[in-house]
Amino acid sequence: MRALTTTGPEHVPERQPEWRLPARGPVAMYFLIAAEAAIFTIFVVAYIFYVGKSATGPQPAAVLHAPLFLTACLLSSSLTTHLAVRGLRSRNVRRFTWWWCGTVILGGIFVAGTAREWRHLVYQDGLTIQTNLFGTTYYSLVGLHAFHVIAGLLALAVVLVFAIRGDVRQEHSARTEVLSMYWHFVDAVWVVIFTVVYLIGR
Amino acid sequence: MSAARATVAVVRSERAPLVDTLHEWVTTVDHKRLGILYIIYALLFLAFGGIEAIIIRIQLIRPHNTFVSPQVFNRMFTMHGTTMIFFAAMPLVFGFANYLVPLMIGARDTAFPRLNAFSFWLTAFGGLLLYFSFLGGNGLYGAGNAPDVGWFAYAPLTSRTFSPGHSTDFWILALLLSGIGSMGTAINIAATVLCMRCPGMTLGKMPLLAWLNFTMAGLVILSMSPLTAAQLMLLVDRYLGGHFFDVQAGGSAVLWMHFFWIFGHPEVYVLAIPAFAFASEIIPVFSRKPIFGYPVMVAATLAIGFISMSVWAHHMFTVGMTSAGNTFFVLSTMAIAVPTGIKIFNWLATIWGGKVQYRTPMLFCVAFLFQFLIAGLTGIMLAAAPFDWQLSGSYFVVAHFHYVIVGGILFTIFGAFYYWFPKMSGRMYNEALGKVHFWLFTAGFHLTFDFMHVPGVLGMPRRIYTYEPGRGWDIWNLVITIGVLFQAVATLVFLGNLLWSKLWGKVAGSDPWDGWTLEWSTASPPPAYNFPSLPEVRSRRPLWDLKHPEDPDWHYE
Repeated sequence: MRALTTTGPEHVPERQPEWRLPARGPVAMYFLIAAEAAIFTIFVVAYIFYVGKSATGPQPAAVLHAPLFLTACLLSSSLTTHLAVRGLRSRNVRRFTWWWCGTVILGGIFVAGTAREWRHLVYQDGLTIQTNLFGTTYYSLVGLHAFHVIAGLLALAVVLVFAIRGDVRQEHSARTEVLSMYWHFVDAVWVVIFTVVYLIGR
Repeated sequence: MSAARATVAVVRSERAPLVDTLHEWVTTVDHKRLGILYIIYALLFLAFGGIEAIIIRIQLIRPHNTFVSPQVFNRMFTMHGTTMIFFAAMPLVFGFANYLVPLMIGARDTAFPRLNAFSFWLTAFGGLLLYFSFLGGNGLYGAGNAPDVGWFAYAPLTSRTFSPGHSTDFWILALLLSGIGSMGTAINIAATVLCMRCPGMTLGKMPLLAWLNFTMAGLVILSMSPLTAAQLMLLVDRYLGGHFFDVQAGGSAVLWMHFFWIFGHPEVYVLAIPAFAFASEIIPVFSRKPIFGYPVMVAATLAIGFISMSVWAHHMFTVGMTSAGNTFFVLSTMAIAVPTGIKIFNWLATIWGGKVQYRTPMLFCVAFLFQFLIAGLTGIMLAAAPFDWQLSGSYFVVAHFHYVIVGGILFTIFGAFYYWFPKMSGRMYNEALGKVHFWLFTAGFHLTFDFMHVPGVLGMPRRIYTYEPGRGWDIWNLVITIGVLFQAVATLVFLGNLLWSKLWGKVAGSDPWDGWTLEWSTASPPPAYNFPSLPEVRSRRPLWDLKHPEDPDWHYE
């Protein structure tokens, strides 16, 4: 009987283990990434749907060259952000600043390279967004990605300025990690675009 | 008398000056105030959309009517659809979600209060942009003012050739802006549900409203984005000379249809799932029983959300897809009836054997059960491709989706208004006026939308400006328009009730319904910080546990 009463209604069970919830920053970033992924999916679908349907003008095979160096830059910038955040987490602000600076430079090279590529396409090959379906879908898809790279670079640069001024400390590592999640996403999208536009789409 | 007047004067003098109050509301990041802003904003646009519907119905009241010109008629049905979906229904849903989710999960605010305010103002200015087109839509070409391309804006109607001027651009920008706002709010709601629950509230102990709004937020995140992408493409076509939807350069008009409906069909569930959420909170409280089959309700909601992402092309059976495509979309569409049916049976089982109190919120929810069932049944009819080939683009379809959106969604939203009005305003609404509203609106709804099925079956196409007499459509159109009159009067009664009750209603107290969820545990209206100390919960009905310590729910869950 005694054993029964201790588990009866008047017995209040001991408090549950410590109440833990996921941090809101990464959760919101995951949802933002899901939304952005849906936007990119629509643009990628449009690109694939229109491959080879251009009535006139330059075709992808004639004018596109796989930008291997730029791809290498962008992908390695994912590694540098990762190393930067790891540095900050282990309280090494100097390492963080250097790797973060490397990320900004690599991202900058990518944007500059895209600009060069576009300049060549427009002035040498005569391909603009108005020329044909290929031009419309190509500039929209790659441009949408470049827009995201530039937005990411601006955010990274703001953090870099703070870091150089010495305002970034270990307690900010969670926040920089949220930003690095965005940057990894932008890189992952580039892998898809590179495959679709420069490998399959040609 | 004089004493009462004196107290009123004292209260008045204690009030902050009007400018300060306005400034507080404009700069607020409080989820409750933003929720109310969303709701008031939505009611304003509900009135605009309603006026447009009245103009449409007056034009169609008899054959060969010339109440408005054909051009104005096109603008009216475009603006009616766009307004009601994007600037009335969605802000209503977001407003209630904003107000209720943090309160019901025992949080002090949403996860991102400033993002919340930012999203609201984006939506608000999106709506203003849409209505600014009445003034600024003329553009350089001197044609058109408000958008007139239909609410789904099929290509190539939206190309520069067929839509000169800026009215279509206002439509695109309004939806783009409010779409980004919706995404912000959705991310906020989802993050709030995952990251802000009070101690003890595991996912399995959340009120159904939180679960359903979480699903809604997921749907907005995944389905609003394709619309945003498609609007960007349309902007590229219209401003940069692109060819996405330009058939003469090899572009595809059908691709726009796919992109629009990939958004458009989940959108129905973005509105319907919060409506289910209201029903799932109101029906148990007025049946004095806990919800029947909580885990199954959650599973059915997630199933609806999941399946609704794969049914969009049932809007396009008449386009001519492959038979494999048709078959897939017929089956997936019909599959959605299964989880929806489970929900209806669960609500019925909740009412079954309960001590049912037919207060106004419950009346609206019971009517919702009947009407949503009929809407679902015509939905299954239209999901059968051969049937759809016959009736697609007819008034049967118009009747069907108004049955869903008015008979299903708007009815529960009205129920939600009455149910949470005491919490939001601190005062009780007028029950008699509430019942007048209910019976007038229900009568008007059935006059309009029951009989709208008939001219559809008789072949009346949607969006026609006028029609020939003697096709058997005349009497039905007359009845439909008379029903609109009832609904308009009922809506005025509703708005009057809200205003009257806010000013002179009885003080409600914190828990007028003997409710079970956390929002009833704090004052009405709740203080800015919601809860003096964060609650700790051990079951799905924390207030039941509090009121019945001898028999708490956590014994059984």
